[in-house]
Amino acid sequence: MPEISIHRRIWADKLFKALVIVLSLSSIVPMFLILFMITQNGISVIDWQFLSHLPKPVGEAGGGISNAILGTLWLIGLSFLFSVPLGIFAGIFLSEYKGGKLAYLTRLSIEILQGIPSIVIGIIAYVWVVMPMGSFSALSGGVALGIMMLPVVIMATEETLKLVPDSLREASLALGVPYSRTIMKVILPAGLSGIVSGILLGIARVAGETAPLLFTAFGSPFMNLNILKPINSLPLTIFNYATSPYPDWHTLAWGASFVLIAFVLGLNLITKWVTRKWKVQF
Amino acid sequence: MNPAIADVAVPTDRPQITLRYKWGVSEASFRKLLYLAGLTLLILLLAIFFSLVIASLPALRQFGFSFLIGKTWDPVRGEFGALAFLVGTLMSSFMALFISLIFSLPISISLGEYFREGNASTFMKSVIELLAGIPSVIYGFWGLFLLVPMVRALETALGVSPQGVGIFTSSLVLAVMIIPYASSIGTEVISLVPSDLKEAALSLGATRFEVIRKVILPYAYSGIFAGVLLALGRALGETMAVTMVIGNSNFLPKSIFSPGNTMASVIANEFTEATGSLYLASLIGLALVLFIVTTIINVLGKLIIQKMSTRK
Amino acid sequence: MEDNLKGFIKYLVRGFRMKKGLNFVLLFPILFSLCSSGFAAEVELIGAGATFPYPLYSKMFDVYNKEQGLKINYQSIGSGGGIRQLTNKTVDFGGSDAIMSEKDLKEAGAPVLHIPTCAGAVVVSYNLAGDPQLKFTPDVIADIFLGKIKKWNDPRITAINSGVKLPDTDITVVHRSDGSGTTNIFSSYLSKVSPEWKEKVGAGPSLSWPAGLGGKGNPGVAGMVKQTPGGFGYVELIYALQNKMSYGTIKNKKGNFVKPTIASTSLAANTALPDDMKVDLTDTDATEGYPISGFTWILVYKEQNYADKPEEKAKALVNLLWWMTHEGQKYAEPLHYAPLSKAAVGKAENLIKSVTFKEKPIRK
Repeated sequence: MPEISIHRRIWADKLFKALVIVLSLSSIVPMFLILFMITQNGISVIDWQFLSHLPKPVGEAGGGISNAILGTLWLIGLSFLFSVPLGIFAGIFLSEYKGGKLAYLTRLSIEILQGIPSIVIGIIAYVWVVMPMGSFSALSGGVALGIMMLPVVIMATEETLKLVPDSLREASLALGVPYSRTIMKVILPAGLSGIVSGILLGIARVAGETAPLLFTAFGSPFMNLNILKPINSLPLTIFNYATSPYPDWHTLAWGASFVLIAFVLGLNLITKWVTRKWKVQF
Repeated sequence: MNPAIADVAVPTDRPQITLRYKWGVSEASFRKLLYLAGLTLLILLLAIFFSLVIASLPALRQFGFSFLIGKTWDPVRGEFGALAFLVGTLMSSFMALFISLIFSLPISISLGEYFREGNASTFMKSVIELLAGIPSVIYGFWGLFLLVPMVRALETALGVSPQGVGIFTSSLVLAVMIIPYASSIGTEVISLVPSDLKEAALSLGATRFEVIRKVILPYAYSGIFAGVLLALGRALGETMAVTMVIGNSNFLPKSIFSPGNTMASVIANEFTEATGSLYLASLIGLALVLFIVTTIINVLGKLIIQKMSTRK
Repeated sequence: MEDNLKGFIKYLVRGFRMKKGLNFVLLFPILFSLCSSGFAAEVELIGAGATFPYPLYSKMFDVYNKEQGLKINYQSIGSGGGIRQLTNKTVDFGGSDAIMSEKDLKEAGAPVLHIPTCAGAVVVSYNLAGDPQLKFTPDVIADIFLGKIKKWNDPRITAINSGVKLPDTDITVVHRSDGSGTTNIFSSYLSKVSPEWKEKVGAGPSLSWPAGLGGKGNPGVAGMVKQTPGGFGYVELIYALQNKMSYGTIKNKKGNFVKPTIASTSLAANTALPDDMKVDLTDTDATEGYPISGFTWILVYKEQNYADKPEEKAKALVNLLWWMTHEGQKYAEPLHYAPLSKAAVGKAENLIKSVTFKEKPIRK
C-alpha cells in the first residue's frame, strides 16, 4: 500500500482547514460591501425632508419617499390581515393533526407555496384581483404579499406549537376547559414567541418584495391610503430610481435602500429579542 | 360552580357525550374550523395552478410543445418560443449554484464541524442570516453599481465586449443570494453526523480533513444535495436582482458574457405591456413553466430531507 | 348555548374586546380601509404608458395638481403597457407614441381617440471618449442596429465623419426591452430607409432585435448607453440632454444633416395632419426637418361611459386633455419637446370635443 507520510497528511489537514476558513470568511465580503455601499451613499440623503416629502417630477431637486414608506407599511398591514388569521389557524391544524391525509396534503401545499417565485404570485394576484376589479390597487398588492407571507406564518406556528408539551394540553382539558379555549388561551400563548417571530420574519420578507407589486400595487407619486387605488412602496421606488439614468434619482435610491435595509434588519433584531424575552421554557 | 359549563347532557341512549358551553363552541365545530383552514391552503394552491393553466391556454394551444423549444420570441409577429429564456435561466442558475458552492460548502463544513458553537459561529450565522434577509431589489441595485463595472473591467481585460451586464454578472449576484440557502441544510446535516462514526475514524488515526472527506461528507451527501436543490429552486425564480443586471436581450446567449434573459425577468419586463392576449398568455405560460419547475425541485429537495431524517 | 360558528364568532369578539391592544392592531387597518374607501369619491385619474413624454407629463401633472387639485397618477411603463392597460380598462388613459394597430383596436372593442400632446425627437446617442459630434446616414444606422456594422472605426462611419478619430471599440447596441412607442417611431423610420430592416425586423413597439442589450424604458436605455463605453442607443431627446449624453446629427431625406432640436422637430411635424391625428412623422420631406420625429398621444375611449365610470371622472379627464393641449403646452419647450402647432391644436380640439359620455359630448 502506498504510504503517504504523516507529515503530508497533517499538512493537508491544516491546509484544508485554512482553506475552508478563508472561503467561509470571504462570504462576509459581499455582505459588508453591500451594507457599506448603502450606508455610505444613503446616509447622507436621509433627512427629515427626505422622509416626509413626496417625490418630485423628473429633473427637479428635492423630493422624498414619504409615500413609499407609508405605502410599504400599509401593504404590510394588508398582508398581515390576509395571512395571519388564516395562517395561525392552519398552523394549529397542522400541529393538532400530525398524521392524516388532509394534514399531509396541506403540509405539501404549504411547502410548494413557499417555493413559488414571487413574480408568479404577482401574476396570480393580477388575474384574481386586478383584472376583475378593473384597476391596480393596494388591495391586490396586499393579496400577493399575503400569499407570500402565509407559508412563513404557518410553518412558524406549526413548529412552535409542536414544541408545546402535550401535558399542558391534557391538563387544560382535564380541568374542563373546552377544546377551542384550550387551544386559543393556553397553547397559543405558550407558543406566542415563536408565532410572533414567524410573523415578524414574514413581514421582513414581504417588505422587500418588488416583483409581485409591479403589476398589482403599480406605484404612485402620491400619498394614498385607499386600498382600492394604486400605492407606492419602498422596493418599487428603489427599482424605478436605480434603473433610471438620473444621478439625483440614484442618490434617492440609495437613501431608500438604507431605510429599507434598516427596517428589515431591525425586524430581524426585534425577532431575536422577542424569541429570547417571550419564550416559554418547558 | 363553574360558569363555563351550562349544562352537561349525558344522554343514555347515545354513546357520545356532548358538552355544551355557554360561550364558545363545541369541539366538533372548532375542529371543523381547523379542517377548513387546512383545506383552504390546499384549495389555494390548486387555484393558483389552475389559474395559471387556464390563463396560458391560448398560448399552449397555439404553440404546443414548440413553446418550450422555439428560439424566436417575436411579439410583432406573434411568435413566442421560450428557449432563449429557458437557456438563460438554466445558465445563470447553474453557474450561480456552482459559484456559490465554492463558498457555501466551506461554510457548512465550518459551521457544522469546526465551529459548532462560540463567538465565531454566532458571528458567521448572523452574517448568513443577514445575507438571506437583504431584499432582492437591493441586491440588484448593488449588482448594478458595483458588480457591473467590475465585470466590465474584467471583460475589457479579456478582450470581450465591455457591456458589464450579462449572464455572468447575474450569476454572480445570484450566487451571493443563494449562499444562505445552499449552506443552511448542509450545516445541519454535517453537525448531525453521529459522533461515534467520527470518533471511530479519529481513533484509527485519521486527520480531521480525512474524517471530513471520508466520513462526514459521504454521510451528509444527500443533505447537502437537498440544500443545493433548494438553492437552485430559489435561483430559478429570482426576478428583480436578475432583471437589473442581465442585459434583457431576448436571444439565445452565445457566451457567459452575453446579455440574456430569464423567464422571471422577461415576465417582469413585458407583462404590463403585453399587447394582445396571445402575448399575455405566452407570458403566463412562462410563469406556469416556472411554477412547475420550481415545485418539482422543491418537492424533490424536501423528499430527500425526509428520507434522511427517517434514515436516522 | 350555541353550538355553531355564530357562537364562536361571539366568543372571538368578546376576546377582542378584552384584549384592547390586539383589538387596536387588528381593527385599525380594517377601519381605516373602510373609511378610506369613502375617499373613492375623490376623483383621481390613473394613466400609464409612454416613457417618451414622461418628463413633460410629470411636470404637467404636477402643475395641474397644484392648480386644480386633481391627482393624476401616471406610471411610465412603455407605450405597449399604455395600450394594454387601456384595453384592460385598468387605467383611465394611456400614453403612447405608437399608433394602435388594427389588432389592438379590435381588442379594445370600442373606438379609441389619439389625442396629440406634443412632438419629440428620437435621437441616436452614443458613449465615446471625448464626446465627439458624429454624423450618421440612415443606412449606417440601420446596419448598426442590424448588427452588420460592428466597430466604431468601421469605414462606413469614418467616411461620413472625416476629422474625427474613431476608436477600434465594439459598438454595443442598446434597444428597448419593453414595448415602446419610441421603438415604434425608430423602427418605422428604419423600415422606410432600409429595405433589409423592413424585411428582417419590421416596425412596431416590440421587436425581435437582431443585436444588442435591452434597457427598460427610455431611462433604461439612456442609463445603459451612459454606462457602457462604445454604447449606441436611441432615446427621446430630453433623456440625452438631461444626462449630458452625446447624440448624432442625421442625414434626412433631402440630404441635409439635421440636428434634433425643437425647431427641426416642429418642421417635421408641420405636415398634412389627418383628422384623427394618426400620422407618422418619420423620414420627413421637410428640408430642415429632423427625420426621426414623432407625435405622442394620449389614448382615451371615445365613449367614456364604461366600467361604471362616474361622469365627473370623464369630465375631469376631458378638462385635463383640454388643458394639456392649451395652457399646458408652455411646459413643452423648456423640456425640449416641440409644442403642438396651431393646426395640430385645432385637430386636437375637435378630437377632444368628440369625447362623449352616454353619447353626449362632454365638452362643447
